[in-house]
Amino acid sequence: MGDHHDHSKTFQPDHPEPTSDDALLGLALRELLIDGGYFTAAEEQAVIEKMQGASPENGGHIVARAWKDPEFKARLLDHGSEAIKELGFDLSPTEFTVLENSRSIHNVVVCTLCSCYPRALLGMSPAWYKSKNYRARVVREPRQVLAEFGVELSSEVEVRVHDSTAELRYMVLPQRPAGTEGWTEQQLAALVTRDSLIGTQRTLTTG
Amino acid sequence: MTLPLYRPGQRVRIADRTPATHHRVPAYAKGQTAVVERVCGEHGQPENFIRGNGEPLTRLYRVRLLQRELWPDYRGSHLDKLDLEVFEHWLEPAHG
Repeated sequence: MGDHHDHSKTFQPDHPEPTSDDALLGLALRELLIDGGYFTAAEEQAVIEKMQGASPENGGHIVARAWKDPEFKARLLDHGSEAIKELGFDLSPTEFTVLENSRSIHNVVVCTLCSCYPRALLGMSPAWYKSKNYRARVVREPRQVLAEFGVELSSEVEVRVHDSTAELRYMVLPQRPAGTEGWTEQQLAALVTRDSLIGTQRTLTTG
Repeated sequence: MTLPLYRPGQRVRIADRTPATHHRVPAYAKGQTAVVERVCGEHGQPENFIRGNGEPLTRLYRVRLLQRELWPDYRGSHLDKLDLEVFEHWLEPAHG
């Protein structure tokens, strides 16, 4: 193999070998950190698997509990990071923050500086969330951007844009759809979509 | 832990400066006046993460801006707001 370096101990075998300079630099840095004892390849793999296990379903679970249990909802809105530990989710040291939609308020989340997202809870963010178009426009013309997602809001509804500029990670608590009285938490959780947790969808449908 | 310099409801100004280091204040917010929405604990400063853990740990605030003040050509409702997180060393008391 000549001077080909063996990445087998540090690189995920199902990934192709990187070809760009940036990807090679990232790989080299990771190998140096592992060689230096900062973390092990097994620890890295555990984090990757935890991230891959995350999905919007986790958000649906939290939302459904909040709809069913007003006291949990109060704790969730007051200090999200602590409240979700009750359901087995731990995002510390990130400050997990939940934003409640109501008839008069609509929340939408963005990260203008990069693409911050509660990934360890909700999984990978959608491609459009990372696009320059969404990031640049939703802060200055949120109503137009929301309309493109099919969310038309009257001028009596206050739009709150949340720019994730530092340590907080946000999730929207959408409104509970009408006609779901008596539904189980599991049934309610299934109504919640990824976009409703970001705020680019306002109305959840019961099918 | 020191006491917060600012309290919820207080008007503050976001500093207008551009250090050579990485920082987490978007250009559109620099120099703007906002209202403190909540105090969000103490965290390492983005400017200092190049060394250690960003010490000194610094208080973070969530602040709220009025969209119509932020964007002169804003076409939405006068109710619309924009929230972002700003560290204490980027805030100044707002006068008037």
